[in-house]
Amino acid sequence: MNLLPWTIYLSFGGAALALAAGARSAAAARWIALATVAAAWGLVLAAAAGFMPANGLQTLADAAWVPSMGVRYHLAADGISLTLLVLTGLAATAGVLFSWNIEERTGEFFAFYLTLIGGVYGVFLSADAFLFFVFYEIAIVPKYFLIANWGSTNREYGAMKLVLYSFAGSALVLAGLLWAYAAGGARSFELQDLAAAAAHFTHGEQLGMFALVFLGFAVLAGLFPFHTWAPTGHVAAPTAASMLLAGVVMKLGAYGCLRVAMPLFPAGLAFWQPVIAWLAVAGIVYGGLVALVQDDFKFVIGYSSVSHMGFVLLGLAAANVRAASGAVLQMFSHGVIAGLLFAVVGRIVYDRTHTRRLEELSALPLHRLLPFAAVTFVLAGLASMGMPGFSGFPAELAILIGAWQTAPAWAAAAALGVLIAAAFTLRVMQLAFFGSAREVPALEAPATPLPAITPAEKAGAILLLAATVVVGLKPDLLLNWITPALQSPFFQAVLKGGAP
Amino acid sequence: MSGVPWLSLIIFVPWAGALLLAVRPRLGGRAVRLLALLCSLSTLAFGLALLGSFDRAATGYQFVEDHAWIAALNVHYHLGLDGLSLILVLLTGLVAPSALLASWRQERDPRLFQLLFLFLQGSALGVFLALDFFHWFIFWELSLVPAFFLIKLWGGGAATRAAYQFIIYTMAGSACMLLAFAAIFAATGTLDFTQLAGLAASGALGVKLAALGGFWPEAVFLGVFLGLAVKVPLFPFHTWLPPAYAEAPTGVSMFLTGVMSKMGVYGFFRILWPLFPAPLHAASGGLLWLALGGVVLGAFAAMRQSDLKRMVAYSSINHVSYCLLALFAVAAATGRSGLTSEPAAAALSGALLQMFNHGLSASALFFCVGVLESRGGGRRGLAEFGGVRSAAPVFAGLCGIAMFSSLGLPGLNGFVGEFLIFRGVFGLAPWAAATGCLGLLVTAIFLLTFYQRVFHGPRAGAGAGEFCDLSGLETATLAPAIALMFLLGVLPQLLIGLYNPLVTFWAGHLTLP
Repeated sequence: MNLLPWTIYLSFGGAALALAAGARSAAAARWIALATVAAAWGLVLAAAAGFMPANGLQTLADAAWVPSMGVRYHLAADGISLTLLVLTGLAATAGVLFSWNIEERTGEFFAFYLTLIGGVYGVFLSADAFLFFVFYEIAIVPKYFLIANWGSTNREYGAMKLVLYSFAGSALVLAGLLWAYAAGGARSFELQDLAAAAAHFTHGEQLGMFALVFLGFAVLAGLFPFHTWAPTGHVAAPTAASMLLAGVVMKLGAYGCLRVAMPLFPAGLAFWQPVIAWLAVAGIVYGGLVALVQDDFKFVIGYSSVSHMGFVLLGLAAANVRAASGAVLQMFSHGVIAGLLFAVVGRIVYDRTHTRRLEELSALPLHRLLPFAAVTFVLAGLASMGMPGFSGFPAELAILIGAWQTAPAWAAAAALGVLIAAAFTLRVMQLAFFGSAREVPALEAPATPLPAITPAEKAGAILLLAATVVVGLKPDLLLNWITPALQSPFFQAVLKGGAP
Repeated sequence: MSGVPWLSLIIFVPWAGALLLAVRPRLGGRAVRLLALLCSLSTLAFGLALLGSFDRAATGYQFVEDHAWIAALNVHYHLGLDGLSLILVLLTGLVAPSALLASWRQERDPRLFQLLFLFLQGSALGVFLALDFFHWFIFWELSLVPAFFLIKLWGGGAATRAAYQFIIYTMAGSACMLLAFAAIFAATGTLDFTQLAGLAASGALGVKLAALGGFWPEAVFLGVFLGLAVKVPLFPFHTWLPPAYAEAPTGVSMFLTGVMSKMGVYGFFRILWPLFPAPLHAASGGLLWLALGGVVLGAFAAMRQSDLKRMVAYSSINHVSYCLLALFAVAAATGRSGLTSEPAAAALSGALLQMFNHGLSASALFFCVGVLESRGGGRRGLAEFGGVRSAAPVFAGLCGIAMFSSLGLPGLNGFVGEFLIFRGVFGLAPWAAATGCLGLLVTAIFLLTFYQRVFHGPRAGAGAGEFCDLSGLETATLAPAIALMFLLGVLPQLLIGLYNPLVTFWAGHLTLP
């Protein structure tokens, strides 16, 4: 457990090493990156094995940092952080495996990649709002370079849009936090202290602060109508960056909402709850409907992320332990599934066919040319539809149950999203992989056969598939960490149903 | 005997077979087929083995397996078997191997076909045996996936559209049902069917759901209802069925109609009725009309078809609607003063028997149409055959028996089920029984037309050229079902005895909470 902070240091160290080694050998940079993410993930899993979920936040490191402002270097973890750390390690490892073919400036690529990962680990471990914010920014900056340098379609536009949205969100968060810091007079950025100080805020102050902080984070979580950066960014990004973007970076936003905005300003949540919930539902439905009519394979997945993150935000807005635990589980589930979908689309299919247009893909008998990709995508698609047996199902079920307890209408509207998800997933599955199932004899395979699936791709896909099935069949593995954390005193003011 | 998880074995042996096929890509076609057939037959073997130790007098669940699974959602791995489940397991055990035999000559990617089929079979069995919604819903939804691909990849010309229609309709129903069960869990904290039925019987479930306020308690009932009604399908939610059944390859149509349509009916008996006795009673007036719609309009629609496969598909709607007619009549009469349990017991007993009978006869009819189709080079129009009897007397005989079983000729199995249903429904809702008789009449008309046009008269159309009689394999596929039609026609108590105490118990406890 006490080794968890090393995930951050390892990632940053690995970034420097990869940069240095990459100048000479691309292969060395790859192996360094893989070793780094695997080692960090190993640390997380080792910590998870010995984790006692009953306690609240468990401090891992605590030292004064900027004493004059009361800023501390305080790292701590509970079941929620741990779930997301496991996700980060998993997504990072799979992402490296799916970036094995990066040939251009490999060292730099992995340096940015590992810096991003280090920042993400840092966010999930921070117990001090200022530190949280610093890591949050560290995670945002490398994204720009990853997309702008190694991206594809419209990469400058996508990268710039993503970063502007992210920074705008950050600015809101910062403004809200500074306001709380100044108004509270606690002279501390500790989340615990800020939460305690918030009790003295006037109602109006709470509403304002909550709006700033929650909205700032929710932008990164893809809250409708501030989601537009997500699909363009996802599409422009290189595969591994899309995987991380959808897999973990969007989770940073949701995590910020849950860890910072909600417990600090419970009155704010109570006031804004219906607005957030309906925006979340709108995102679920709208994201799904837009995904239904896309012609670019990657845009479909990009909009599906908006739809799935809507479930996370709905789970948070429902403001009870059941729904919030579903939301955290959905963060994990979506991280794995979206990562897998982007890997199939961006790496396995696009790098071989050099097209993402569904119209063109449907002319290829892809399920025959790339059976492994077809099977992987079908399984990932089923998981994404919320099919029982995969991790999305218990998550969405818990969110729906929790939403019923707060407001049945939200649950009813969100269930529509489940159906739309089925529709767009089936549509894209059909067009991309089985489009020409009937005309196979007539269609000759391309003159040069598509390159075979590499072992790295297979390993990455199987890793992610295994995760979604294991969690789908035994969600207790994660829920036993998440639920006690949500029932801790820290969340008591904001989440109903603290007692099991 | 005890200690062995029999029910898990029933479900997971077909799945294990599917897994084995998945990881052994180099098995030859023959080995694949034999392995699949063996795994598929295991259901029948286990079902017959359980008959030995099945306590026929008991009304509760037997061979129960109950293990904690997901603490956070109070989900248990809960399996149990009663008379209702038992006959459906036996039915699956009979229909599935026949369907595989019917697909024996399937040459396009036999491994994937058999793999998906075994997966489908295991999922259907899971639906009949799982007693916790979470657990049950996994099987319910997972059964859609192999069915979708079996229709889409091996079906006829319009299969893709039919497969999508099938899965979107059913998933829409499932989404409603999922939402409803989320509400039920939010209100009660459990998803276990037996516990929920207990709560419903005491009226506690209704009270807890009423706390949702507004129209939401009704919406919960409606959600579960829709999920099941689409699957059965109940008129007017049936429009996905004719294309799906007609486009699916023969073996898959046999399984869809024989087993999968029973999943929905089973859900009505296992979930909707026990959990919502009062709302079902309140809605039963309208529901009876819907069931009658299926009975009468299904039959009329079948009469209007020129495609034989679509004709059999519509007749399927007609036949499963009888089961629901019986259930809704019982629900309508629940709580009526002066009600004796006798007509209710007859109606329910008939409904269960009809589920089994329809599984046998409809899958046999689909097989017969498949034979015509394969001989006729893909043609299966009513007007495209003639005089087949003189070319293929054995086929004509067996197909005729299946038809007469389907239209309810006394002496064959179909008669007993329909007779019991009508006897019961006459006692409970006479007008419904009277209207429903129209369906019986029209069924006789279209099936006899089918028989006359195709088998009698001068040889014509696709029947005019080389039309060989049934091969040994085809006879073996059809013969068990035909033998059972005779056996159950004469000795229906062989089957009724398995569930009679259960039905008597239900009929004796018809009270509203």
